[in-house]
Amino acid sequence: MKKTLIHFIVIAVCVFVFSPPVIADQSPPREGAILPEINLATPVKDSDRSYLGLPVSDLFKIPQINARVVLIEIFSMYCPHCQADAHTVNKLYNIIEDNPKLKDKVKLIGIGAGNSSYEVEVFAKTYDVPFPLFSDMDFSIHKILGEVRTPYFMGIKINNDGTHRVFYSKLGGVNNADKFLDMMLRLSGLK
Amino acid sequence: MKKSNCLSVFLVIMLIFLFGITSSYGLSDVFKDNIYNPKNLKPTDSVLKVKTGDRAPDFTLSAVSGGEISLSSYIGKKNVVISFVPAAWTPVCSDQWPGYGIVKSIFDKNNAILLGITVDNIPTLFAWTNQMGELWFPVLSDFWPHGRVADSYGVLRSDGITERAIFVIDKKGIIRYIGVGDINKRPRLESIVRELEKLNK
Repeated sequence: MKKTLIHFIVIAVCVFVFSPPVIADQSPPREGAILPEINLATPVKDSDRSYLGLPVSDLFKIPQINARVVLIEIFSMYCPHCQADAHTVNKLYNIIEDNPKLKDKVKLIGIGAGNSSYEVEVFAKTYDVPFPLFSDMDFSIHKILGEVRTPYFMGIKINNDGTHRVFYSKLGGVNNADKFLDMMLRLSGLK
Repeated sequence: MKKSNCLSVFLVIMLIFLFGITSSYGLSDVFKDNIYNPKNLKPTDSVLKVKTGDRAPDFTLSAVSGGEISLSSYIGKKNVVISFVPAAWTPVCSDQWPGYGIVKSIFDKNNAILLGITVDNIPTLFAWTNQMGELWFPVLSDFWPHGRVADSYGVLRSDGITERAIFVIDKKGIIRYIGVGDINKRPRLESIVRELEKLNK
């Protein structure tokens, strides 16, 4: 029995040590909380890195994006609602980029749940997506974010001291770019 | 096995369960709460009856859009990709064909048609595929005699659903690729495209 207990403790420690943090949080990020730690591959394209204000590196964390507000869409190329909403999300990006007061403060990214890089690229090309999209081929990020349905939007506010908080976390697409942006600006405190 | 070893195995299983090591899938909100989750299934549960290089067994099946479609009608005209998915209104299947719905240009470029097949009946397939937007490819019902086509290819499982399988058939009607993957996982789009592109080399 003593030997079994030792076995159990060793196995339990191994599971704790070697399990990725993805299984630590199974519910979607709550508004007011901080975003679970997510590592994304730094974009290869200069324009994407420049848009996000990131240096050349392997990985980055979302709060490292050089912005006051980051809007994150969890999407999938296999999701009909994401497909139908794609042009509206592009419009949201264009409204932000066309506004000199917003373009450096608000950034937009997409994370393709269960989508390979190829599948993300197909989605980007099909809908002419102008903002950076990231692959989450093995659903590891999707798991961290509570296995949400798609499309799902999150907004995070990044403070001057580098801390951040989630101010928006909801299922659903943009639907109306002007109204959605207005809501994001109000909820984040930028307006 | 020693009693202590049995207990260790049990504890490991419990740990794995507690830490939620399961397969994942994304799910579009388009299906709301209407998806039945059969949980993890045995990855494969059938024995193939065809191999690459064989002539693809011909079939004629009813299409959701009306009429019937025969595989042989594409001989000499188009390459054919058959996508068997296990069942309507289940998680992974519901997030597979909608993706194929936006890649018609890739199939056109490779002079190919996609045929989607399940063992569900036409009304079920009608209701299910209506949630996916406009699908450009035929969706066929292998409902009756139940799973006869799937069985002729060797992808009918013991519980009456099919494997999640891809067959690539060239214009001569010869099977050039067979992919029978883990039923719990969606095949990568690039693996299908790669096989299609090989046909043109």
